[in-house]
Amino acid sequence: MSELSVNHLLGIKYLNESDIQLIFETADHFKEVINRPIKKVPSLRDITIANLFFENSTRTKLSFELAEKRLSADVINFSAAQSSVKKGETLIDTVNNILSMKVDMVVMRHPNPGAGVFLSKNVKASIVNAGDGAHEHPTQALLDSYSIREKLGDVNGKNIVIVGDILHSRVALSNIFALKLQGANVKVCGPKTLIPKFITSLGVEVETNLKKALEWCDVANMLRVQNERMDISYFPSTREYTQQFGVNKALLDSLDKEIVIMHPGPINRGVEITSDVADSKQAIILNQVENGVAIRMAVIYLLASKIKQ
Amino acid sequence: MSQKVLLSAKEINIILHRLACQLIENHIDFKNTVLIGIQPRGVFLAERLKKILTEDYNVAHIKLGYLDITFYRDDFRRSDKPLEANKTKIDFLVEDKNVVFIDDVLYTGRSIRAALTAIQSFGRPNEIELLTLIDRRFSRHLPIQPDYRGRQVDAINQEKVKVMWKEQEGEDKVYLINK
Repeated sequence: MSELSVNHLLGIKYLNESDIQLIFETADHFKEVINRPIKKVPSLRDITIANLFFENSTRTKLSFELAEKRLSADVINFSAAQSSVKKGETLIDTVNNILSMKVDMVVMRHPNPGAGVFLSKNVKASIVNAGDGAHEHPTQALLDSYSIREKLGDVNGKNIVIVGDILHSRVALSNIFALKLQGANVKVCGPKTLIPKFITSLGVEVETNLKKALEWCDVANMLRVQNERMDISYFPSTREYTQQFGVNKALLDSLDKEIVIMHPGPINRGVEITSDVADSKQAIILNQVENGVAIRMAVIYLLASKIKQ
Repeated sequence: MSQKVLLSAKEINIILHRLACQLIENHIDFKNTVLIGIQPRGVFLAERLKKILTEDYNVAHIKLGYLDITFYRDDFRRSDKPLEANKTKIDFLVEDKNVVFIDDVLYTGRSIRAALTAIQSFGRPNEIELLTLIDRRFSRHLPIQPDYRGRQVDAINQEKVKVMWKEQEGEDKVYLINK
């Protein structure tokens, strides 16, 4: 077994294919661990990890924290809302203050794209990007690919469509990088206003007709409309968005094959997918959440093994 | 690099049968006993013993699992080589069971120390025994000794004991390799 080619997980962009395979193989072992009666291994008992969340999160934060605890790491949590950031402290100062408490690894979510890269160049710790603005969300993309691999056996050669707000989505960008790296065919689908102009330069196709996109694909990854990042109106109304880009049971039943439905959460039920689709057998949304813990354990374990004593 | 044969295929076969008989002596019908092969190299020995017990001594229903100890090792971040994980496959609980750990070579005892911690994730065993084909005596770092041993070997630290299996390497043989 080799080791990761990187010392930080800042984005899928910085990984190669064998890194992804190594993470998946390691996650297989951890998935077995988290299904044991006692779901914990002592590997990281001498590692301390700080979770710095400068932006709201439920799933990712819990998932990271659980992964860290399952590996026996010591964990400290930080949310920007209750911190000195509000008093005007810079990011480097905040992090260096935390690191002087002998922290080995930082898991960070930040509203600014590139915050992780910036930090990795300025502080001495392994950085895991848990989402930086509309840039990347690497662990989400890894767990999405891992869930596809688990469901369909392989990612290579599969047709995957990402539907929704591509413009504001770090999940979309990381997914595109990860899927292309593994040899999948990727299309994006959504209102033209929410598809970045140069997205085709990443080797993906644009499809504005949802029905056609679903007929083509094996997997549809449904994204949420990120109203909180929208400074202007990108489509006339939520109702119109749902009519054109929402997936419902009738639409799925009209296809001649059964496709897999994914969603990174949080779901806006009745907007991008209806409840009967979200709760159907075709949806692997809750498998994604379970796999998220295994994937994050693998990433943290592999990065920690590169921190020399 | 020189190597010398410690055990031939014939000797290994005799030893495996003796070990199987010793297991039967203590566990009789194996009703409350489970065999655990330690990954990666202990599983071949465990498989072989299970085969002998079932086919040659008619012991029915032997429970066999594989235990990977990678995440329990004490040299994480200390060893130069990255630690390689293997599959754990234990589809039963070891609660109140008599567990027999099976590994090919007992050297420092650190793997067994890790296995003792790892097995606790699957319940609280009644007792744990250790069976090894090769016992490298005088080289232990921990107070761990086998309950069943195939052959005791004196080997110095620069030497390596390599157990080969027909299923894996094409021959049954134990070599002492001088690096």
